Amino acid sequence: MSVLVYTESENGKFKKNAFEVASYGYLLAQELNTELTAICINAENPKELENFGVGKVLNVKEAKLPSFNAMAYANVISQALEQENSSQIVLSSSTDTKYMAGILSGKLDAGYCPNVVAAPININPLTLKRAVFSNKGFANTEIKTPIALIGVSSNAFGVIENKVDAEVLDFVPNIEDSDLGVASMAIDKVTGKATIADADIVVSGGRGLKGPENWGMIEELADVLGAATACSKPVSDLGWRPHSEHVGQTGKPVASNLYIAIGISGAIQHLAGVNSSKVKLVINTDPEAPFFKAADYGVVGDAFEVVPELIEKLKEFKAQNA
Amino acid sequence: MAILAHKFVKKQSRMKILVCISNVPDTTSKINFAEGDTKFDSNGVQFVINPNDEFGLTRAMWFKEKQAATVHVATVGLASSESTIRKALAIGADEAIRVDMEPTNGLAVATQLAKIIKDGAYDLVIAGRESIDYNGGMVPGIIAAQLNYNFVNTCIGLEIEGEKVTATREIDGGKETLSTELPLIIGGQKGLVEESDLRIPNMRGIMMARQKKLNVVPVQEMTNGSEDLKFEKPAPKGAVKLVDANNLSELIDLLHNEAKAI
Repeated sequence: MSVLVYTESENGKFKKNAFEVASYGYLLAQELNTELTAICINAENPKELENFGVGKVLNVKEAKLPSFNAMAYANVISQALEQENSSQIVLSSSTDTKYMAGILSGKLDAGYCPNVVAAPININPLTLKRAVFSNKGFANTEIKTPIALIGVSSNAFGVIENKVDAEVLDFVPNIEDSDLGVASMAIDKVTGKATIADADIVVSGGRGLKGPENWGMIEELADVLGAATACSKPVSDLGWRPHSEHVGQTGKPVASNLYIAIGISGAIQHLAGVNSSKVKLVINTDPEAPFFKAADYGVVGDAFEVVPELIEKLKEFKAQNA
Repeated sequence: MAILAHKFVKKQSRMKILVCISNVPDTTSKINFAEGDTKFDSNGVQFVINPNDEFGLTRAMWFKEKQAATVHVATVGLASSESTIRKALAIGADEAIRVDMEPTNGLAVATQLAKIIKDGAYDLVIAGRESIDYNGGMVPGIIAAQLNYNFVNTCIGLEIEGEKVTATREIDGGKETLSTELPLIIGGQKGLVEESDLRIPNMRGIMMARQKKLNVVPVQEMTNGSEDLKFEKPAPKGAVKLVDANNLSELIDLLHNEAKAI
């Protein structure tokens, strides 16, 4: 009857969202007066989860799954749910997990509430607050099915330490050939660089930067901060930056701790996509730019002067605070 | 030599494609709630084809033109969604199906579409990864599970030769090339085709759309996954703290000590 949480790992290491979903799962388990069980696949250190309230870890070490496979992972998690007799599965909002979540919902005939931003409003029936209309609104959503899938928004609930003693058990799922209908042929990925989804800080550039040749200072600023780089829709449409950097309503969502917008005016569609970031700093030459109304901090000035100086000052700051 | 001849017979049948489209408020719409905050206020709101679905529809047109595929569109929605469906027909879809139901939750919507897909024996289903209204992002995955179709989400590339599929999906920090087979459903998005290649209805298309079939079908039995009880708008934001461009040290101090963001 435990609450089940799927704790995601990459190259054996738990992602930050794994600790977030475990924290959420622990809260839910407490409210339901039950335990929290985690399932992880090819993670190196499953016992690490005990710091976040996980009392039992179903540890899957599966050679047939060298990389993420949505159908297979969904099947593994369903088998874990069955064994644990769980009625709730807590999931993250990562690309891979969202790929898998719909499959789980269909397999289990379970209501799925994605983009949850807060602790449950009600336990029985389970009612959750989630973001809707691309972060322009919230809904109180009630799950109508016996099994509930809960998708926790990135960086929304927080990581809360609750140390327990976790029992780590080997879990050997049944992998069918029919689960492996989609095969991974190649992965083309920039390694060692922060991704928009996982970075604490995102540095984003807009049309105010005038051209792709001016992006050096954006990349340098991102480098100093260990940040991911992003851009507005017009910039990606113009081909100045790749599609993968486009953030906004029809691009990637940003839920980082800090979002720095440089030369971006702040159209509604852009704001919708970056609203979940905790702190927004806007650098723009136009004091009337709409983004200043949505920002926490702002500098009115020429990006080509402000950004290089900010880089220098940040380098000093980093040196002093090392 | 009958046995050898069999080896060289290729499947020539035309691919049957279903494009699932959502009828959503335009991206620039102001969002308000009505009826005691229990419903989205559609007064004065312009409704359009969900942006992610548009990319899929344009890709489907490519398959129609280059591979002689047939393309149908399906929507779960009330009569008010028909003008959006006609736009899809005007873009070039051959036929449309509307399930007469308000799309209140993803599990219900997916179940209705799955029935249509099964009855129509579609080889390829192109859905949008997520709709900009309720951001459920679950419909393509649910359909895949219910029908046992192969499924590629965040799809930004799709090549099909006979039954063989090479698809590209967007992953954090890059992309992954996948190999699979029909029958397939994809969750398409921006990048599946270039923005500049998006099809828009022309006069001829709009006129032809009027003659095309728009079948309205009744609701099938289903499970409701969830219900939205109440809505609210985000809390209004406090004023921005402006820092002088000559005083960036103060900015860094604020970001570090006040915002704890660096």
